[in-house]
Amino acid sequence: MVEALTIVLAMGVTRGWRAALVGTGAALLALAAIVAALGPALTVIPIGALRLVVGALLLVFGLQWLRKAILRASGWRAVRDEQALFEREAAEARTAARESHAGLDWYGFTVSFKGVLLEGLEVAFIVVTFGSTQGSIPLAAAGAGAAAVIVVIAGVVVRGPLGRVPENTLAYVVGVMLTTFGIFWGAEGAGVDWPGDDAALPGVLAFVLLVSLGYVTSLRRRRLAPA
Amino acid sequence: MKRFARFWWDFVVGDDWRVAAGIAVALALTALLAATSIPAWWFLPLTVAAVLWLSLRRAARY
Repeated sequence: MVEALTIVLAMGVTRGWRAALVGTGAALLALAAIVAALGPALTVIPIGALRLVVGALLLVFGLQWLRKAILRASGWRAVRDEQALFEREAAEARTAARESHAGLDWYGFTVSFKGVLLEGLEVAFIVVTFGSTQGSIPLAAAGAGAAAVIVVIAGVVVRGPLGRVPENTLAYVVGVMLTTFGIFWGAEGAGVDWPGDDAALPGVLAFVLLVSLGYVTSLRRRRLAPA
Repeated sequence: MKRFARFWWDFVVGDDWRVAAGIAVALALTALLAATSIPAWWFLPLTVAAVLWLSLRRAARY
């Protein structure tokens, strides 16, 4: 969401706010359509198979987030720089040709649309998977909407890219949560009975947290060790 | 079409296809273990931790 805000800000400042905001609105409508289409389709699947599919998806996404966050936290991968991304996007936008479609600057519209759609797709998948497993897609969508509103308000208040947001810490927390639920539901879907049923969830969370922190420490030591 | 397929591959599989493959194998083995009389709840967390570590080791050029 933070990256999407940076892209839209860069387009708004350099190419005009109309195209940037229309592109953002169109992408949000497309994301809502994806959630509206996928959500009811998933509820048709039996709960056991649904948990297996959702668990596998959450594990794939969660481990992607966690892997990147661990590599960044341990110094093996550069931490994202929102200010640099903003300046790069703005520089490209200034030199791009002006072409109008339906009264809109096409470059500003398409870059904003793609930025919000691609960044929002993961959020849409999280909404659909969590919502369908817990039987309340509207509530999950409302949570994602609230997060988007907070990011937009923060962007308006700061009047620029959210460079001071601890983005890697947020990505790390999201990675830990997705991996935890992925393990829990994936195992249930595969036929596992957790000791204590839902009470096992905090135990899985603690395990993922401790293991990932151990990996950060180990990789950081490895990086700082003399060659 | 090729770009569309590439996008979905990058979106679902990400930087390391071995992680996605490892998860698929881990879930299949968990299902096999769960079908026996042996408690299977411990297997997936440990396998996921191992898959993550192997991917991190590769990325950090051990």
